[in-house]
Amino acid sequence: MNPTLKIRTPEGIAFSFALAGPVVRCLAWIIDFLLVTTGATVINKFGQLAGLVSPDLAQAIMVISYFVASIGYGIVLEWSWRGQTVGKRLLRLRVMDAHGLRLQFHQVLLRNLLRFVDMLPALYLVGGLASFFNRRAQRLGDLAANTVVVYNPKPAEPDLDQLLAGKFNSLRQHPHLEARLRQRVSPDEARLALQALMRRDELDPSPRVALFSELAEHFKSLVAFPAESVEAMPDEQYVRNVVDILFRTRVAEAKPASNEMVGTIG
Amino acid sequence: MIIDLPRFIDTERPTWIELEKILDRLEEGTGYVMSLEEVQRFHLLYQKVSADLARVATFASEPELRRYLESLTARAYGEIHETRRRGRRFRPIHWFVNEFPRAFRKRSGAFVLSVIITIVGMIFGGIATTFDDEAKAAILPQQFSHLLGDPAKRVAEEEKAKKDRLGGVHSTFAAELMANNIKVSIFTLGLGITFGFGTIIELFYNGVLLGMVVVDYVLAGQTMFMLGWLLPHGVIEIPAILVAGQGGLLLAKAIIGYGDRASFEERLRGIGKDLMALVCGFTVMLIWAGIVESFLSQYHEPFIHYWQKILLGVVEFSALIWFLYFRKLADPEEEAA
Repeated sequence: MNPTLKIRTPEGIAFSFALAGPVVRCLAWIIDFLLVTTGATVINKFGQLAGLVSPDLAQAIMVISYFVASIGYGIVLEWSWRGQTVGKRLLRLRVMDAHGLRLQFHQVLLRNLLRFVDMLPALYLVGGLASFFNRRAQRLGDLAANTVVVYNPKPAEPDLDQLLAGKFNSLRQHPHLEARLRQRVSPDEARLALQALMRRDELDPSPRVALFSELAEHFKSLVAFPAESVEAMPDEQYVRNVVDILFRTRVAEAKPASNEMVGTIG
Repeated sequence: MIIDLPRFIDTERPTWIELEKILDRLEEGTGYVMSLEEVQRFHLLYQKVSADLARVATFASEPELRRYLESLTARAYGEIHETRRRGRRFRPIHWFVNEFPRAFRKRSGAFVLSVIITIVGMIFGGIATTFDDEAKAAILPQQFSHLLGDPAKRVAEEEKAKKDRLGGVHSTFAAELMANNIKVSIFTLGLGITFGFGTIIELFYNGVLLGMVVVDYVLAGQTMFMLGWLLPHGVIEIPAILVAGQGGLLLAKAIIGYGDRASFEERLRGIGKDLMALVCGFTVMLIWAGIVESFLSQYHEPFIHYWQKILLGVVEFSALIWFLYFRKLADPEEEAA
């Protein structure tokens, strides 16, 4: 699991970012490298046309263009796209200040210039090793510029309709207990129950029974529903109903608002 | 705590949208400055969103909402707790004309050290050339192979030349010189991260090469040729590499932190803008040096008198000293206004 950058504000609020590992960063760099190379080839073609007028000037423009593009690509894009290049954007990476503060131009400049050192002796060996051993996965350029690269994964939305649809949920008959359950179950527990349901067919019968029994026991210990609502209900169905409450109750009403908001932050 | 989520979202959503709009405007980079009332409002919104995040933080069933509020809080946190001056739009001319000399003067100790290391290298190179005939061949890299022979012979050939050997490729040559020298300078600065060892080696090696060439031509009685050849571009190019070394040593000092009670991150944060100014400075200097080296330095007598080239070098060097040391700079406070 990738390390995380945890920030606690003076107001006592904590939030965290997943730090990008060396592999995904390498992939982003490959995409960017291919783009710069493609750009250089296009410039080269135009340069050949310009060479009809002045071969010397055309060659000079090509040399400078490639140099500026190879150095300036990361600087310009990371500055104007708030920490992203095309490769980073595609792989959902972003450069950030290590303290969560605003990314400044000199930080962008420094981390990009120190790329020359990180690339030593070949294939980003120095930078790769540095980020591998650094607890915040920083290459040398990031260390000097005080930046980190974070990963914003796109949450995989489970197909809840297929998973839960068409089943009567007797627990929903008790809205106050339903609300209490949603309040008492932690996000991690909710995700665990959802994963167990989604991967239930991969389990052998015996471990499957044991797992859902354990999960059901746990949820029952958090909130006790009346006996008539859970009577003769298998453990797996109980967990299914709990997941239904956690992931679908109210969400159907609230979803349009939150979806729109998430969309605005990109 | 049990919350009625749809009601909670309906009630609080206008606050989130308002904060988001302010953040979008601040992040546009158009120099938006808030009035006191707007700042107070912004702070209030930040506190409200933080409180909302705290309310939903342990709420299992709304990960999207939580992520959204986290993102909003993180952006507002970055704006509210930022203590550095807001970066203005990148203005290369301003950075070269004002910030570069300012950073150069402020960090002159590192520059002096950079000069000393280079001079030590020059002395070493000079001694090696004087006392060891094989030193040149052993130390000079391939790109300087034309300097391996007898200087007097080369001078005779250059002065006899009827044809312009750079004819038709001046611009390309200038571009290659600029790109290569800027790359080497960035490298010299960047190697500061190796606790300065890499920067010191680069500076020392440059000094060795320079010392070898200078002593070789002086011993061969070709001092005028050498001065006329090196001074027009060298008086800008060599200081530019020294400035890169200055940046590298500055970076090394911040990394080592000896005698500095600030944290590692604070030390690096403290030199960021100065390093940017130095990069801006040596880049412009090397562009100039590349043009001069390609279009003037490679021409010798009888096309152009050596004293004319030397005079140009002296004028350039004087102008550089005035620019870096004596020119009156715009007051930083005035600039920020």
